[in-house]
Amino acid sequence: MEILNLEGAEDTPKIILDKKNGIFEISGRSLPEDSAEFYRPVLEWIAKYGESPNPSTEFVFKLEYFNTASSKLILDVLSALEDIDNMKILWYFHEDDEDMEEAGQEFSELVEIPFEFKTY
Amino acid sequence: MNFIYDLHRTMMSQKLILVYQGDFTQETTKSILAMAERNIDSSGEDANIKRKVFNVMVESLQNIVKHSDELVDGAIHSHAAIFLIGRESNRYTIMAGNPIRKSNVAKLKEKLERINGLDKDGLKELYKEIIKNTTISEKGGAGLGFVDMARKSGGKLEFEFPEMSADYCFFCLKVNVPRELE
Repeated sequence: MEILNLEGAEDTPKIILDKKNGIFEISGRSLPEDSAEFYRPVLEWIAKYGESPNPSTEFVFKLEYFNTASSKLILDVLSALEDIDNMKILWYFHEDDEDMEEAGQEFSELVEIPFEFKTY
Repeated sequence: MNFIYDLHRTMMSQKLILVYQGDFTQETTKSILAMAERNIDSSGEDANIKRKVFNVMVESLQNIVKHSDELVDGAIHSHAAIFLIGRESNRYTIMAGNPIRKSNVAKLKEKLERINGLDKDGLKELYKEIIKNTTISEKGGAGLGFVDMARKSGGKLEFEFPEMSADYCFFCLKVNVPRELE
């Protein structure tokens, strides 16, 4: 399966989705002008991955900041991951960033996937 | 040219650290954020407060980009809006103003009043309710911006709609972010 690799920018996150090496990560800042358009390839990639996923998947979110339009798309990403067996979310937040920790907790209440919280 | 000095004095007395007036796009949003961020960094601000200010700035700027109504008055077509940040000893103030058609005022006012009527837990519930049920609008918004601003601010959203002309008001929004953490 092809690797999805998006370089981060000041308003878009860095994204690596690599089935073969088991790397699934969204990190950095997310405030694109058009969040639906930006996350479309991510959702498409996950839909395809869901057809023949690895035995287990750890999906990493390591976000420094995201805007509200991105938060809706992050929920869409999580909802897509929800349908894949043995999925686990690793939600990273900066150790003094309570808002990012709380955001992760809220997402974990909205989907049926185990979340593990980690600081960096 | 006294207005230059007057404007300078106004900015000083209002403790404004950044004022931008003009067209708002994603590109200007990024530039304004970068300037404001440098300023806040160089003041040695607490990272949590900086993050909250950044949050409110992004939502406020992207609201203008997505929702500011074009002012059409005879031959004049204008997208001009204004964005200001103030820093006082106890708080940051993020302020924005943009033209809005009078026909859109009632709905916006109702939304802001609903948000101001909620406490911390109420805002959290509203956020979750909207994010579960919303779809991204044609304009690219999730309908969560004001709720998020209220949550990050911890205070009420202050707003006014002074009249510009027969068809337009100027939507003024003020959001305070305290510099002391709870």
